Amino acid sequence: MIELQHIAKLYEVGGQPIYALRDTSETIQSGEYVAIVGPSGSGKSTLLNIIGCLLRPSSGAYVLEGQDVSQLDDHALSHVRQHNIGFIFQSFHLLPRLTALGNVALPMVFAGVPSAERQARALDALESVGLADRAQHRPSQLSVGQRQRTVIARAIIMHPKLLLADEPTGNLDTSSGQQVMELLELLNRQGLTLLVVSHDPNVARRAKRVLVLADGQIVKRLTGAEFPVSSMPFSQGKTSEDETSRC
Amino acid sequence: MLTEIVRFAWAALTGHRLRTSLCVLGVAVGIAAVVMLTALGEGARQYVIGQFTSIGSNLLSILPGKTETTGAIPHMGGVANDLTLQDFLALQREIRAAQLIVPISMATETVSHGERSRQVAVIGSTPDFLKARELRVALGDTLPPGDVERGSAVVVLGKTIAQELFPGQQPVGQVVRVGEWRMRVIGVLEEIGTQLAVQMDEVVLVPVATGLRMFNRSSLFRILIKVRSSRDLDATCVEAIRILTERHDEEDVTCITQQAVVSTFSSILQTFTLVLVAIAGISLSVAGIGVMNVMLVTVSERTQEIGLLRALGATRGHILWVFLVESVLLAGLGGLVGLMTGLGAVKLLVWVYPAVPAQAPWWAVGSAFLLSVVLGGLFGVLPARRAAQLDPMAALQRR
Repeated sequence: MIELQHIAKLYEVGGQPIYALRDTSETIQSGEYVAIVGPSGSGKSTLLNIIGCLLRPSSGAYVLEGQDVSQLDDHALSHVRQHNIGFIFQSFHLLPRLTALGNVALPMVFAGVPSAERQARALDALESVGLADRAQHRPSQLSVGQRQRTVIARAIIMHPKLLLADEPTGNLDTSSGQQVMELLELLNRQGLTLLVVSHDPNVARRAKRVLVLADGQIVKRLTGAEFPVSSMPFSQGKTSEDETSRC
Repeated sequence: MLTEIVRFAWAALTGHRLRTSLCVLGVAVGIAAVVMLTALGEGARQYVIGQFTSIGSNLLSILPGKTETTGAIPHMGGVANDLTLQDFLALQREIRAAQLIVPISMATETVSHGERSRQVAVIGSTPDFLKARELRVALGDTLPPGDVERGSAVVVLGKTIAQELFPGQQPVGQVVRVGEWRMRVIGVLEEIGTQLAVQMDEVVLVPVATGLRMFNRSSLFRILIKVRSSRDLDATCVEAIRILTERHDEEDVTCITQQAVVSTFSSILQTFTLVLVAIAGISLSVAGIGVMNVMLVTVSERTQEIGLLRALGATRGHILWVFLVESVLLAGLGGLVGLMTGLGAVKLLVWVYPAVPAQAPWWAVGSAFLLSVVLGGLFGVLPARRAAQLDPMAALQRR
């Protein structure tokens, strides 16, 4: 499903080259459930964005479903994102002016799906996350847990094979976080490949496999069960970018 | 796809009501200005044309001198041959198509009675002048008919002149001084107002020969010919020029038809209208910059949204269209509101001042709306391009 071959990402900051990711290789099979953990600045977001085709690697090859996407142009990458990848964000990224239904239907607007079909499919998706009765509510009228489930409905609306979740429980209380993780795991059992980036050791332990990043490299590969229960192998301090919660 | 994008853009606009309405207002003011000013300019043109046609469009004028550029200096000291009363009599004898032929001499003189005096335009002519200009006397008599070469010392006063020189008195039969001449008032004109930009209530009429002697001139100011049908205009011009060329041994007069004058005025006023439109265009371009400003703010405010849409599979092209359509909608809406405001204001103006035939021409209405849409497109390009060029990941993470 995912083959990363010697992927590196280089930024220039004030004329100084900074490696956000260096020589990273990894293979993730179809249907896997993988957690990516690491301290802030370890490169886990960069890795997730490269896998999500939002960022092109500076060097190396990224083969997604047999296609080398590191060579694709912007337009083709948009198409890959549209059909192959579902995104779940810590801060939801729901459009406040649209209803839950409108937000879930959004990816289909740009895919040219006819209006009637969009409505029906979006309602189905909302039903599958248990929010059919909230379809006409705006994000501000939903609890944070309901918002994240709306985001999950939106992520699966185009039937992608890969779900990328960036701190999916970061803005949630324990019980709604638990609900969201169970929902994601259900989708994983139904065949979707699931990648979760998280600070939370409890989230990481649920995954089948854990990749530990530090300094732009994968430093450990563990199974979820091997992952330490309480002590993380890195700082748990939240960074400023994790603090804001938005719709 | 476009309808989806329009719907999406519309939802975004209605999401920011205050900002949207202020921006719409800016464009509306510009468009309303275009509509109102063109209506005024066009109204002025219609008014002037109406003035000309009200006194009949079957008029032509013979002027001394040839309005034509020649290689050499043909006549030192101006016109070679005068346009004389004999010329007028010859035309009167020979032109069959003419309904009226009127000789006119003209100058500015001081008219006084006792202590009161003022400068006025003195027109020397025949009774036919009143017919040609559709003037009537309110009191007394018109100019005396008979031998045009025998000028008597009589005068017909314009309404205002009569009132100013003889406040509360009967002017007919009194004596006024015109220049060096003492003349008897035989009549007063009916109030008529402005005709062809001349305030006819402020002129005095004298017999044409009297006028020529009074002004110490040998040449008429012009000869007016009224033909029976406008079809005769050109032929009459040719004939008059032929007769006068024969008499003068050279072609030294000019014939202007009323229609030529009307079309000249019309084109001058059209230029005037266009100048007004250009002035209104300035306010419109300010509104355009307003649209661009709002769109730039919108783009930077909705950076995360742009990142999200890109993550969900929208291409750069989609993003470009979303913001371009939004900008066009914004400006188009402004155009619509401005159009209605402008047309309403014109209606109000005509209602308050019925004399002003202000009416926005359809071409102005159509192009004003089109202009607003083009404005939206033009000033939306930069913000939309900026939105489309955003890096999806950076946009998503922007706070």
